[in-house]
Amino acid sequence: MTVPTVPTRPIAPTVPTRGTVKIDVEACKGCDLCIDACRPGVLTMTTDRFNQRGYRFPELRAGCTACRACAQVCPDFVFQVWKFDTPVELPEGPVPDAALHRDVERQREQRS
Amino acid sequence: MSSQLVVEFKPKLLQSSEHELCPGCGHSVAFRVVLDVVEELDLKPVLLAGHGCYTQLMVQSDLDSLQCLHGRAPAAATGVKRMLPTTPVITLQGDGDMVTEGLHEILHAAARGEQFTALLFNNGVFGDTGGHLTATTVVGQRTKTSLEGRDPALHGYPLNIGQLLAQVEGAAYVARGAVNSAGMIARTQRMVRRALELQLEGAGFTFVEILTMCPTGWFVPTSEGPEYLEDAMITTFGIGELKAPPG
Repeated sequence: MTVPTVPTRPIAPTVPTRGTVKIDVEACKGCDLCIDACRPGVLTMTTDRFNQRGYRFPELRAGCTACRACAQVCPDFVFQVWKFDTPVELPEGPVPDAALHRDVERQREQRS
Repeated sequence: MSSQLVVEFKPKLLQSSEHELCPGCGHSVAFRVVLDVVEELDLKPVLLAGHGCYTQLMVQSDLDSLQCLHGRAPAAATGVKRMLPTTPVITLQGDGDMVTEGLHEILHAAARGEQFTALLFNNGVFGDTGGHLTATTVVGQRTKTSLEGRDPALHGYPLNIGQLLAQVEGAAYVARGAVNSAGMIARTQRMVRRALELQLEGAGFTFVEILTMCPTGWFVPTSEGPEYLEDAMITTFGIGELKAPPG
């Protein structure tokens, strides 16, 4: 007689996250400096998507520690760093609201 | 879930974050370091720049500024500081501007012990005017006029400007930093801060050299810029305070 196993639902893995960054996608020139600078290694460069100027740009995954290394090394002022008052558990994978898509052309028109 | 803003996109003293510098350029990183220190110390300095890629950042910054003739920023700074002795004065020059075109200007300003802070953004190449060899191009480095790498037999050896200035009696503080990693950037920020504090104390001539990446001029991929800087430039010149008053 075989013992019946209880069907279990896989638990989505989570990552402790202490902060987040806002990524000004349209300001990026795709130089990759932030990727190597990121201490927890949660920034990855897009491979098949580009900003309005045709550059690849970084994307954030869960696990940011708000160490500000990305903002310090970025030549194009792409990052704004936020630190959470209490660390949170975020589901593993991309953090969708990190990207900030501003309409560069519209902003230029408004300015002129 | 509450959170706090740790770092803003751009320094407050920069009016726009848009600039025309190449991808992976170290100049804007170094300029951020300078503006962050100026903001921290709550200074209203006069900035005198030479000619180079960094000049467009100076134009965008919210500081009183003046663009000087090639290599002549120390002479202009001498005039400004003598007329406005309580105003902090900063010069900003590249290696082509300071070391190749205006070497005597900076040496004499240091020898006179002029009370301003000279900053050098050293990337070992004339970035703005076409990417040719400068007096600080390191041995083996490729530029538009040394395509096979700098050869001492043909092009001579690079000048170590920090070492030269450290020998001059009028120089109170001489240091060299770099912007190839977050840790090095923090260290460089402390050097710039110390130089400006010493200027406010009236210690004498202060100088900080900041090694910056120029992947376009070096013919390396942008992601390899910091590594190249470490292997080629830091190995040749070294990092740290070359001269500092005790305490």
